[in-house]
Amino acid sequence: MERRTIFGGRLLPAALVLPQVAVTVVFFLLPAAEAIYSSITATDAFGLHTRFVAVANFAALFADSAYLGSLARTVVFCALVTAISTVLGLVLAVFADHEIRGRTVYRTLLIWPYAVAPAVAAVLWVFMMHPEVGLVGRLLNRAGLDWDYTLNGTQAMALVVVAGAWTQVSYNFVFFLAGLQSIPRAVIEAARIDGARGFRRFRTIILPLLMPTTFFLLIVNLVYAAFETFGTIMALTRGGPGQATETMVVKVYRDGVINLDLSGSSAQSVILMLLVIALAGLQFRFLGRRTIS
Amino acid sequence: MRPRTDWLAHCVLGIGALLFVLPVWLIFAGATQDAGTINRGDLSLLPRLSHLGVFWSVLRGRPSGSLTVPVWHMLMISAGMALVIAVGKIVISLLSAYAIAFFHFRFRMLAFWTIFITLMLPVEVRIIPTYAVMADLNMVNSFAGLTVPLLASATATLLFRQVFLAVPDELIEAARMDGAGPIRFLIDILIPASAANIAALFVILFIYGWNQYLWPLLVTTDPRLDTVVIGIVQLIDTGFTLTPWNTMMAMSVLAILPPVAVVVAMQRWFVKGLTEVEK
Repeated sequence: MERRTIFGGRLLPAALVLPQVAVTVVFFLLPAAEAIYSSITATDAFGLHTRFVAVANFAALFADSAYLGSLARTVVFCALVTAISTVLGLVLAVFADHEIRGRTVYRTLLIWPYAVAPAVAAVLWVFMMHPEVGLVGRLLNRAGLDWDYTLNGTQAMALVVVAGAWTQVSYNFVFFLAGLQSIPRAVIEAARIDGARGFRRFRTIILPLLMPTTFFLLIVNLVYAAFETFGTIMALTRGGPGQATETMVVKVYRDGVINLDLSGSSAQSVILMLLVIALAGLQFRFLGRRTIS
Repeated sequence: MRPRTDWLAHCVLGIGALLFVLPVWLIFAGATQDAGTINRGDLSLLPRLSHLGVFWSVLRGRPSGSLTVPVWHMLMISAGMALVIAVGKIVISLLSAYAIAFFHFRFRMLAFWTIFITLMLPVEVRIIPTYAVMADLNMVNSFAGLTVPLLASATATLLFRQVFLAVPDELIEAARMDGAGPIRFLIDILIPASAANIAALFVILFIYGWNQYLWPLLVTTDPRLDTVVIGIVQLIDTGFTLTPWNTMMAMSVLAILPPVAVVVAMQRWFVKGLTEVEK
């Protein structure tokens, strides 16, 4: 839909878009361009000479088992966080859509966690899972499970997955609930008359109608898991023990900010950008057309 | 069959709610107990009501040797950051969406796509170069550095553009007949007409601003600019030996309270805004 524009003039519209465009160019496009530039160049140790190295930085990354490890870890981490938060959000939304007593209270109780910062959610989980002090961690040890996420990499990964998914459930819940409520009552009634009930009705009628919402959420959850869980992981494990919970974003931060490896971390940034662009492209292709056409 | 499904629904929702409430209740109850008890692993789920004062003393004081500013100061920085980001994003997105939807000017589509690109470049993917730009502009360790770079918003611009395109032509015609210029039209007609969207957006952006972690970590080293989220993670980092557990718990409760209050108080707007903005 395109409205015929109604106002003319040059100065006013330019002044109106200026702040937004200026911030975008200075803080988004320039850094992105800079990342691309440093990813294809190498600078000597004194920062005096910079030369063009084409894809050498990328080749080095993909030859580095630490990087490949973080890539694989990120895939596993994102898949688990996305699966857990999507399924939980869906199940809770389906039941919160029932006409039962106290459902507004339930809804509020399930929505507020959206407001908890990922980094702070991590702190909540420390107090749940800490091997000596945490409520659940203590129980696990008492049950003879030898629970200590500060030493055991698998347990650390499990913990960051749970803490990462925990913050994202309410987001999924809100969208699934909105999706469920937009299904016309008539469709549900028709299914009821046809004798479809319970899980069968859910699987054959409701789930297909929720597919657009589900697809949208899958992409949002993947992006969330890949990027916004940085705070969760830093607060819980700092990527450790060893590299057990070092996802790609944690590695960019470690290599770039702590180890000051400019070329390597820029190449990593460029790979992350390509990933986001791919995800955004997918989303745009399937759902976004409405938004910008 | 009805009562059976009801019972099941109560069960599932109850467990779900517990999953979210329990961790927060735990730190609330824990904050009122003394550090020694918690250290021994005797954390109780019953708060000691006589010790609720701990929240007040944590709020006013510096709960640990590793923090150099009091917690209330961090909360103020967080609130300031969240407010400036929410209001700033709304204002600049509103203006640019207005220009793109209602004006005909050169480079209109170029401006639109430039803004659209920000959707694809979260700060996490451009950590180092963004820091370099901040250093060049002398914005490291300043409140402006904390907020200005986060002000561009493609989603908010797209949302406002959608809202503006849905304004009926008759309204625009009527305004024109009354001789309203572009500024009058924006202030008297468009902004009131999109008040609901603005409210919804405010909630989401406030939370976004309050919960930032990577960005403040990157651009500020001055403790006077520490947000409460940064402060908490710092306490955890310096190890449990330095900070009493109950203090850390009290501080976490204080950090969660303001954004949760905003979401719960404006729940209706929030849900509407979330589902509209993101889709």
